[in-house]
Amino acid sequence: MTRLFAAIETLGQSVTRRVDRLGLAARFSGALFLVLWICIRRTTLIIRELYFSGVRSLSIIAVSGLFVGMVLAVQGYEVLQRYGSGESLGVIVALSLVRELGPVVTALLFAGRASSAVTAEIGLMRATEQLAAMDMMAVDPLSRVIAPRFLAAILSMPLLAAIFSTAGIFGAWIIGVQLIGIDDGAFWSQMQASVDVRIDVLDGLLKSVVFGTAVGLISVFEGYFAAPTAEGISSATTRTVVISSLSVLLLDLVLTVMMFRGLS
Amino acid sequence: MNRSRFDFAVGLFVAIGILAMVFMALKVGNLASFDSGTGYALEARFDNIGGLKVRAPVKSAGVVVGRVESVGLDGETYEAVARLRIYPTFRFSKDTIASILTSGLLGEQYVGLESGGDPVYLANGDRLGKTQSAMILEKLISQFLFSKAAETPAKAP
Repeated sequence: MTRLFAAIETLGQSVTRRVDRLGLAARFSGALFLVLWICIRRTTLIIRELYFSGVRSLSIIAVSGLFVGMVLAVQGYEVLQRYGSGESLGVIVALSLVRELGPVVTALLFAGRASSAVTAEIGLMRATEQLAAMDMMAVDPLSRVIAPRFLAAILSMPLLAAIFSTAGIFGAWIIGVQLIGIDDGAFWSQMQASVDVRIDVLDGLLKSVVFGTAVGLISVFEGYFAAPTAEGISSATTRTVVISSLSVLLLDLVLTVMMFRGLS
Repeated sequence: MNRSRFDFAVGLFVAIGILAMVFMALKVGNLASFDSGTGYALEARFDNIGGLKVRAPVKSAGVVVGRVESVGLDGETYEAVARLRIYPTFRFSKDTIASILTSGLLGEQYVGLESGGDPVYLANGDRLGKTQSAMILEKLISQFLFSKAAETPAKAP
């Protein structure tokens, strides 16, 4: 009997802890959004963070995009040529990159490349009491440290996603047109005929803005509330990558259903 | 690293990103033909439009000259009403024939316009007088079967 009580107690404790953390995250994001307007005017800080999370992720994003596009071209052509429509390769590659792979893979790579670094940085600032010191000097760490990193994630994600998709399409063009020998004109014209600027390109970019918000918020939250120990920082970094990746995939499903199936 | 280096790198990054977006809009998608607001509207009534969709192309001699803007049903005559938006550079004579055609065997359906010889041109809001409905595969097959059955007299049991 006591064992049953203990099991229920453990369950209740874990639920309470999660709800507690969710509430903390909601209050934290509320406070963050309030100081966002102050932060937008501090361009120097934002540019610095854009450099560290955006520019430094550029090479991995571009190279991954190129390879993903190349693989898509090889695999797509393999299936399409069975139906004698190898020219549709451009359509398949462009739609899957612009709609899905561009925003999602960019967000996953960004979570691993930039967000984990942001969490570790803020977590170490917390552990070495730099945030507390800022508070003592009447400098709000939320608007000075947290908000620029959050904004940089939102701003750089759509740019990186666009670069990823472009690199992917270029990779598919190299494989499809240069190596396999699909007609160059058919590759581009069929692509243009079926990719809609509003439905496909803009919705893809909107997705990446949402992913940037989610990933940025998770990374700064985990860093800000990391336990001030070496172990705490390492587990916070792990949590950032895991939670970011999962929430990007979940948000992608929700957004895709809303965008392509309608809201009804 | 001093501030101007940061500015330069971020500026380059943003420029490449915007360039990629422009590339996607112009080269991957087709923003050039995304001017659905311009041009003039024509109305065509069909007995059956088959699988014609909104935003399907309107072609004349194989060239895209417009898009299907909306598809509706006239509640009184039970005819399908398709509104076509034609690009302003193209003009068609009053006796133009609109027909619903299919590109390829399994391709998408589009509206084909065949201009006549009338010197008066169609204007915004005009209705196309002569139309030809979509070919429905099932109807064609049943017509073929009936004509086959009529040719060969049924054997008496």
